[in-house]
Amino acid sequence: MGIKEYCFKKSLWVFHIAASPCNNCDIEILDCLTPRYDIERFGMLLTGSIKHADVLLVTGMVNKKAKKRVKELYDQVPKPCVVVAVGTCPSSGILFKESYNFAGPLDKVIPVDVYIPGCPPKPEAIIAGIVKFLNKK
Amino acid sequence: MIKTIIHFLVFPGFLFLSVAGGFVSWFDRKITARVHFRKGPPLLQPFYDFIKLLAKETLIPKNSSPGLFLLAPVISFTATILAGILIILPAFGIESGFQGDLIVIIYLLMIPAISLIFGALASGNPLSSLGASREIKLLISYELPFLLTLLALVIRTDMSIKIQEIISEQKLFGPFIGSFSGALGFIVMMMCVQAKLALVPFDLAEAETEIVAGAYTEYSGTPLALFKITRYMLFFIMPSFVVILFLGGFDFKGWNIILSIGKVLLIALLITLVRNTNPRVKIKAAMKFFLVWMNLFAILSVILAVLKY
Repeated sequence: MGIKEYCFKKSLWVFHIAASPCNNCDIEILDCLTPRYDIERFGMLLTGSIKHADVLLVTGMVNKKAKKRVKELYDQVPKPCVVVAVGTCPSSGILFKESYNFAGPLDKVIPVDVYIPGCPPKPEAIIAGIVKFLNKK
Repeated sequence: MIKTIIHFLVFPGFLFLSVAGGFVSWFDRKITARVHFRKGPPLLQPFYDFIKLLAKETLIPKNSSPGLFLLAPVISFTATILAGILIILPAFGIESGFQGDLIVIIYLLMIPAISLIFGALASGNPLSSLGASREIKLLISYELPFLLTLLALVIRTDMSIKIQEIISEQKLFGPFIGSFSGALGFIVMMMCVQAKLALVPFDLAEAETEIVAGAYTEYSGTPLALFKITRYMLFFIMPSFVVILFLGGFDFKGWNIILSIGKVLLIALLITLVRNTNPRVKIKAAMKFFLVWMNLFAILSVILAVLKY
């Protein structure tokens, strides 16, 4: 493993895309930043600008309006980047998969690296998912 | 010639400033985390951030003017190193500088803010230009009290505008903070440093929660890394500038080394605590704070300095 990959793993800046979620997963993501879980221990920060991001956290089932925006945001991220689907909605669509507004699970829109199922996933599960992916890489 | 290059690149220049600045900015993040009852990032975090940003892709926005957009970080980086050399060399007791280097330092410390404004306006992003306009207003308001406090110090040192003489004056008669004019000036200076470093009460130019990342919004990859390392270096330069001007400078004989490092960390701690216990002010309130109150304090400090208090 080169120094580039090592530093990349040690300093992940997270950008949060809400692709029509019910807000439950978003609250769990915010929980990761609280003193109890504190992901800054691993060097992760929440950024506001897409140009600073290394990780895209996508929540919610992707609907027809959000699809275009998600694609556009993916094009704007400086590569290399990691895409994480948080919750069951972006992974499969669960109860929305029959909906008239459903535009396919997230991996049909952009390439996904990590799936974290759960409705919503616990903060422990989110951290564990990212750590597992980083150890595999 | 070789000595100049070493000064620029290794000892008080790039390498030393970035390592020391990285440490101070880690200290700031760690203290912030402890104030929040969090654990905080590891010691090498600034280094990881910098290397990661160097390895990332650099995107140039379509509506930007690429030349200025890419030149701005380089200018601010170079100006910061030059200011650092002029400030740190006399602090370490190395014979350097010239009559009037204080004025050169004032100009060089202004350049990072100005180049940030240029870069933000060149990026063609509406949020960046909002950040730039706020930075301009902030620059107008904090520059005058900053100059007035320096004027008070210059009056105290018999009108000498050389850093080395300010330090030797304090070595003879005790640090300036012990007098009325010095104490008032110190308060004003700390507020100006807070604004120069763009930290929380005055971080309007990059207010994350309102205008995404403000002036930095469109930057990615290497230019952002240069801006980051400029911020790290300023985080070391500004506290040591305050230490030189008010707390009697550094001393490297025996146990005094620990005292010298302690002084810089104390100033950094003060900055961090102010940052963590205050909300962000509006631009109008920030301008009023500097133009009315801080100017009043600074003028009082000048008058007291003339009266030799």
